[in-house]
Amino acid sequence: MTTRRQRALPQPTPETQPYWDGCKQHELRLQYCNDCKAFFFYPRAFCPTCLSDNIEWRTVSGKGTLHTYVISQRPAPGFEDEAPYVIAVVRLNEGPHLMSNIVNVEPKPENLKPDMPLEVIFAEMNETITLPRFQPAKGA
Amino acid sequence: MAPDLRKQVAIIGAAETDTVGVIPDVSEIQLHANAARNAIRDAGIDKNLIDGIASAGQSPVAVADYLGIVPQYLDGTSVGGCSFMIHVSHAVAALTAGYCNYVLITHGESGRSRVGKGGFGGGASSIPGQFEAPYGTFGAPSQFPVPIVRHMQKYGTTEEQLAAVAVSTRAWAAKNTRAMMRDPITIDDVLNSRLISWPLHLLECCLVTDGGGALILTTAEKARDFKKPPVYVLGTGESCEDVMVSTMHDFTESRSFKTSGDRAFRLAGIERKDVNHLQLYDAFVHTPMYALEALGFVKPGESGPFFAEMRGAPGGELPVNTNGGGLSYTHTGMYGMFALQESVRQLRGEAEAQLPNVKISLAHGPGGMFSAAGTVIMTNQG
Ligand SMILES: [Zn+2]
Repeated sequence: MTTRRQRALPQPTPETQPYWDGCKQHELRLQYCNDCKAFFFYPRAFCPTCLSDNIEWRTVSGKGTLHTYVISQRPAPGFEDEAPYVIAVVRLNEGPHLMSNIVNVEPKPENLKPDMPLEVIFAEMNETITLPRFQPAKGA
Repeated sequence: MAPDLRKQVAIIGAAETDTVGVIPDVSEIQLHANAARNAIRDAGIDKNLIDGIASAGQSPVAVADYLGIVPQYLDGTSVGGCSFMIHVSHAVAALTAGYCNYVLITHGESGRSRVGKGGFGGGASSIPGQFEAPYGTFGAPSQFPVPIVRHMQKYGTTEEQLAAVAVSTRAWAAKNTRAMMRDPITIDDVLNSRLISWPLHLLECCLVTDGGGALILTTAEKARDFKKPPVYVLGTGESCEDVMVSTMHDFTESRSFKTSGDRAFRLAGIERKDVNHLQLYDAFVHTPMYALEALGFVKPGESGPFFAEMRGAPGGELPVNTNGGGLSYTHTGMYGMFALQESVRQLRGEAEAQLPNVKISLAHGPGGMFSAAGTVIMTNQG
């Protein structure tokens, strides 16, 4: 008998809750520092560059490029049906980079060229958590 | 003005656990204690003189109590595999400052048998728990290699060049009877081994073993009273970068490696060309490549050709990982201690793959996935 293992899901903190609330509404939101005039990631209580509190949440385009990645053969718990799968760093057009999965493309190096354009899609994991994942940009 | 710390502190005792490899019947704290006792015997020191203690994984409090040591200096820095390099760095300052007279640094890890393991890693509310784990990261093989594709894209680094690191390291392991993997391998063997996390294959990932090591340091003046030739600390460095590999500043280079290495060379007052031997922590084949570039031994992007041309292999111009490294010798989890041990052996003339005329050795490693770094430059020249 095998029991299906639990997939790791994020547990939001007060600083990160707006990010996850945005994902639930299928919006990718990043924090923007009004003093540095720049976006940053991951979510924090103040700007990591200048330590300013003068920051705000902005909904961003959800567009970016494939910066770097691995094709992981050994599935994490809950990823048994997806292996092999792509663990990537996406460079968002607004500047910051973040980890995500690249989906809707066969996970082979020849299909995953560095700097290829990507767009966000949202995967609803349960009633509270929706994850941003990325796929090759349509019409690119 | 800062004091000149060069050659003020030396290593007088260095030893590993009785065996390394598979040790299913020894707990992790006992691996610390076993290595510690061996180092104490190696130095020929009265245990009661030891008044400083540093460890990672298991807390220094647990190690001191276990060994009946009453310390007046504690270092529990635990930032991954380079923790022991940082312990050496801190001990240099502590000993020079007179915080204590003898520092014992221990490592013991039941990385394979997992007997009495301490806890490690953040929960679902940690930053990695929120922003990496949900995408299927599952241990170091799924995370540490993430930067490589960017290095390939920028510099044209090839899969064959990556594989060459494993081939070079295995060639050293073949000369070391204590190494777990000693059969020579080829580039094809590496590239035909099981794919783990593209672009890396099984033979490009470190071993998972049991074992430990320990060092004892004191001032250069006191070091003369002991039976082994002193190994002096010339310079040390440490740094950190990001809590997650995915938020590294630049995936083609390690900022923490560079910062750590630059400090070590500045304090040592030597040039890169003065170094005869390198121990570059090889959790995966790309970590010594990133180190070689960040530490300034080759230009950015030139580490692939360096290894492909076997310039770090037996007979090469700058020997790298002469014990066989984490790839082929042993890798308990926090391997940095074994990198230091081989530097000491080479400088004492005790290594199995002994090099001629080693005067300066450098040991360097990451903590976490490029999260932290520690560097130690040592010499046998008083
Ligand atoms: Zn700012």
